[in-house]
Amino acid sequence: MLVSWKWLNDYIKVDENITDYCNGMIMSGSNLETCRKFGDGIEGVVIGKIKNIEKHPNADKLVICRIDVGKEDNVQIVTGAKNVFEGAIVPVALDGSRIPGPLHGQTKSEDGVEIRSGQLRGEVSNGMLCSATELGFDDKVAPMASRDGIWILPFEFESKLGMDLSMALDLSDYTIDFEITPNRPDCLSMIGMARETGATFGNEVKVPETKLNSEDESQRAEDIIQVEVRSDSCLRYTARVIKDIKMGESPWWIQQRLMAAGMRPINIIVDITNFVMLEYGQPLHAFDIRSIAKRKIIVESAEQGEVFRTLDGKERKLEKNMLMIKDGEKSVAIAGIMGGMNSEIEKDTETVVLESACFDGDSVRKTSKKLTLRTEASGRYEKGVDPNLAKTAADRFCYLVESLSAGTVVSGAVDVYKNPKESEPVLVRAKRINKVLGTDIAAGEMANIFKTLDCRVDIVEGNLNDNDAVMRVYPPTVRQDLSMEVDFVEEVARIYGYDKLPMELPKSNSIPEMTQSWILRKKAGEVLTAIGMNEIQTISFASPSDLDKVNIGEDAIERAFVKIINPLGEDTSILRTILLPDMMDVLARNYSRSQESVQAFEIGTTFMKNFIEEGGLPYEDFNICLGAFGENEDFFMMKARVETLLREMGIRKVTFTAEKEYPSYHPGRCARVSATAENGEEVELAIMGQVHPDVAENYNIDVPIYAAELMMGPIEELSNRKITYKKPPKFPGTSRDIALTVDEDIAVGEILKVIYEDEDEIFKGAKIFDIYRGKQIGDNKKSVAIRLFYAHDDKTLTDAEVLSVHRVILQRLADKLHAILREQ
Amino acid sequence: MLENLNSIREEAISMIKESASLKDCEDIRVAMLGKKGRVTEILKNMKKLPPEEKKVLGKEANILKKEIEEKINRKKLELASEEKEKRLKEETIDVTEPAPELKIGAKHLITQVIDEVLGIFTDMGYEIVEGPLVDTVFNVFDGLNSPANHPSRDMTDTFYISKDNVLRPHTSSVEIRTLMSREAPFKIVSPGRCFRCDTPDATHSPMFHQIEGMIVDEGITMAHLKGTLDHMAKKLFGSETRTKFRPHHFPFTEPSAEMDVSCFKCGGKGCSMCKGSGWIEILGCGMTHPNVHGVGEVDTEKFTGFAFGMGVERIAMLKYGIDDIRYFYENDMRFIEQFK
Repeated sequence: MLVSWKWLNDYIKVDENITDYCNGMIMSGSNLETCRKFGDGIEGVVIGKIKNIEKHPNADKLVICRIDVGKEDNVQIVTGAKNVFEGAIVPVALDGSRIPGPLHGQTKSEDGVEIRSGQLRGEVSNGMLCSATELGFDDKVAPMASRDGIWILPFEFESKLGMDLSMALDLSDYTIDFEITPNRPDCLSMIGMARETGATFGNEVKVPETKLNSEDESQRAEDIIQVEVRSDSCLRYTARVIKDIKMGESPWWIQQRLMAAGMRPINIIVDITNFVMLEYGQPLHAFDIRSIAKRKIIVESAEQGEVFRTLDGKERKLEKNMLMIKDGEKSVAIAGIMGGMNSEIEKDTETVVLESACFDGDSVRKTSKKLTLRTEASGRYEKGVDPNLAKTAADRFCYLVESLSAGTVVSGAVDVYKNPKESEPVLVRAKRINKVLGTDIAAGEMANIFKTLDCRVDIVEGNLNDNDAVMRVYPPTVRQDLSMEVDFVEEVARIYGYDKLPMELPKSNSIPEMTQSWILRKKAGEVLTAIGMNEIQTISFASPSDLDKVNIGEDAIERAFVKIINPLGEDTSILRTILLPDMMDVLARNYSRSQESVQAFEIGTTFMKNFIEEGGLPYEDFNICLGAFGENEDFFMMKARVETLLREMGIRKVTFTAEKEYPSYHPGRCARVSATAENGEEVELAIMGQVHPDVAENYNIDVPIYAAELMMGPIEELSNRKITYKKPPKFPGTSRDIALTVDEDIAVGEILKVIYEDEDEIFKGAKIFDIYRGKQIGDNKKSVAIRLFYAHDDKTLTDAEVLSVHRVILQRLADKLHAILREQ
Repeated sequence: MLENLNSIREEAISMIKESASLKDCEDIRVAMLGKKGRVTEILKNMKKLPPEEKKVLGKEANILKKEIEEKINRKKLELASEEKEKRLKEETIDVTEPAPELKIGAKHLITQVIDEVLGIFTDMGYEIVEGPLVDTVFNVFDGLNSPANHPSRDMTDTFYISKDNVLRPHTSSVEIRTLMSREAPFKIVSPGRCFRCDTPDATHSPMFHQIEGMIVDEGITMAHLKGTLDHMAKKLFGSETRTKFRPHHFPFTEPSAEMDVSCFKCGGKGCSMCKGSGWIEILGCGMTHPNVHGVGEVDTEKFTGFAFGMGVERIAMLKYGIDDIRYFYENDMRFIEQFK
């Protein structure tokens, strides 16, 4: 909402300077985006009148103007503008003057532009005629007649030739851009902002004049126009009639205010409708009565499929539930959105019917959205217009028409208003307000705040000096947001001042707990960074083609993804089921940026379609993805990380099983990682390995990539981080080293498994410390060196005791794996 | 025989003197005192001698034995010390040579900011809770008192996966989940990802992070809201930080506010970071609307509370002067590794 400081002062006297004003308004709830000084940077520009125009002898596109600037001699200026004419009043930048600029076709400079005399194609030009843009106005507010050309000033300035432009036009102003929150549509008006200003600084608001002096009593509006409302979406329809229209331009003070508010002056009738809309927030629309068939206005829904040409020249296909303004025969406007070409005001319009109506916001919103047609009016109706404004705004329009001699107002108004809106009172307890705010404000102070906001206040219980009195508060009907007690808590808080509220910490007596999942993920982050991995975060969106890129099969569970109905694009159209593709993206990006070695991990949510409950929320789980490439990377480095991570997350014993089928990984270098649950079931926790070279190639990486993806769900379930203390052993244990020769296809994991089948209490564990392949061993064979540990809690073991268990293990290895004990 | 002893003594002394290593010393000891050593031999051969001579010779031989032993030991110590010196000298290294790198990874900046903020609140007794990233329209809008026609519900603003389920556009949905699953009083903070239909550019990302906080208890006032968030700002941006609460509007709180902090770059004098105002907007907050408490059937006469929500990326960007939000999700290691 653009508010001109000058215009605001028409409704309320503000004593504060602009800075204090802005700060005060911010603190009472009217936040502002910007506050700009206007009219600076114009020096030496005067008002002039074009006396005569001659063709330039050497240039077809230029003309030579002689301009009266109130001095004896006219000034000669050459211009290329097309809209100049003899008798036009124009801004003249004389030799040595300065304007904000930019000049046509140039970019804006902080210091503005200096204008100097010169020659244009051999003809002297002692200055420049200025466009509105060159004087600092926005292109879109330049008056209609001055678009793309010299600013043709209102004729009222003919008497001020030679006068300084800024002074004559009283240009100096501030434009404040207020950020109006959706609960305050009443503030989308000058009067609304004046009311807020009054509540903030305690000054009285001056209501605009609406009283007419010379209505035409010979006729009444209802004799000229009939209104029939056939839809509940039209809450009120007020029509007035103005005849003997004298079309022309608006006086400068109207134009100036419109321009400051970001609107382009067009002609006096349109300008006054816009002016009143900006004053009250009530959209107005003027029809040429010649186009209203049968002198009848009917408000009802459109015909399904009806085609209607709006004022912007576009044809719109309408639907049945769209509210229209019709006459006795046809549609003339889309209610609350835009008028039709067929009823537009013309230069020769003599009589207009003024519509000041209130349409249901939802109805306007739906129509506007369907037609993708948003206007100043539709925006206001959508947010909510008070139906009680309609008549007042219509009267104000008539007042302005009359006082600016733009026409004769016909007496009376047609006003269809079935259910007049009344103020709905709210019981407000001062005690509650103090309870929520932590204050000790007396009811009287609260009541004063409500009164500055145009509320009527009755004391119901207690008196004004109490801080626990009860009030009945009647909000003004423009304030749609005041319907509950809590709404008045806010009003007191913001007008009293948030900065005056005390500041303290609430007492704390709770001990925060965290979920197991949170604790484990935090642990994972700590462990992984401690072992040298960087954390990454990638976006949760994915594309089905990401799954193609990591070779995931057509029927794989990873394809049970959740689709987004309204994605930004195909590449972000689903929610990811695994993290590997994003990890690959990040590795690839860093690889392409010449990083030699990268170790990264991500802890992120994955999503899967809900199969059980139709329309239910998707399944969400956290996955941890690790990825790495670089000089020291290999399968076992990644395996070490997976083992370390799982151990630190409370899973001490994990099994790695060769996996040849998972398509994202190298078939000979991939493992499923699992652990045994309490019930004996083997639970899968992760998959890891060297990423399939084809997949790496899909990402343009030509070095081996190692990755792992762990699932938090099962990890959390199996995690046991409870510490059970045991005394350190008193009796030293002993170890025996063995070297077994086995067939190459027997996995060493298998050997350990056979060893661990032993349940004897003195067997404490085994560890592989060397694997050897070579000529002495033979083809397709390997020698595995293992150290077995033996100990007893209560005594030192004898050789014989150890041997008896050790031999059983060796025998089992020979039996089950055909392992041959190599000589040590 | 005694002469013999003397010559052995002289020989031993000279050998010991000339010995250059511990092994030489040991060889001398064996040669002189070992089982077949010269002195041992003499002692062995003594049996044949008359007692008188035996006594004299025995005494002398034992003296010699002790003498040689002592000398060898002394020499050994000497040599050991020399060898140690030598070894230490040999073991000298160039301490300026490079050490192998023990790399510690960096946590993502977003994680770090979340952890820092959560730490401030857990210290005040807030519990960390989380909610799903896909949530119901009720938890995301209706329950939060959002008007039925609010533009944020549009498909141009929020991602839908079905008519009733959306990618949450804010973490406030966790407020509704908590209100519906718990009894007051409680206080929670909830971090996590959020999604909005914004085309990525320097300041917009369709995915971002928020931290939500909520307290419901008896006697909670707006003064507590101010005090708590002021405390947070001072912890997060430094104890000299000042806060300003400006009225604002959110459907789920009333009164609502936006909190500004004094610019941590210029301290409030006005600079490019705070666009000359001296203040930087950090978060939205307010006293929880009774309609929202109503969703959890909280007795709104007995309990009051406040809630707040802040953007994690924004805080990270402001704190480190990062000018493009897309850096967070590009994951260039040269970006990530700066924050540790």
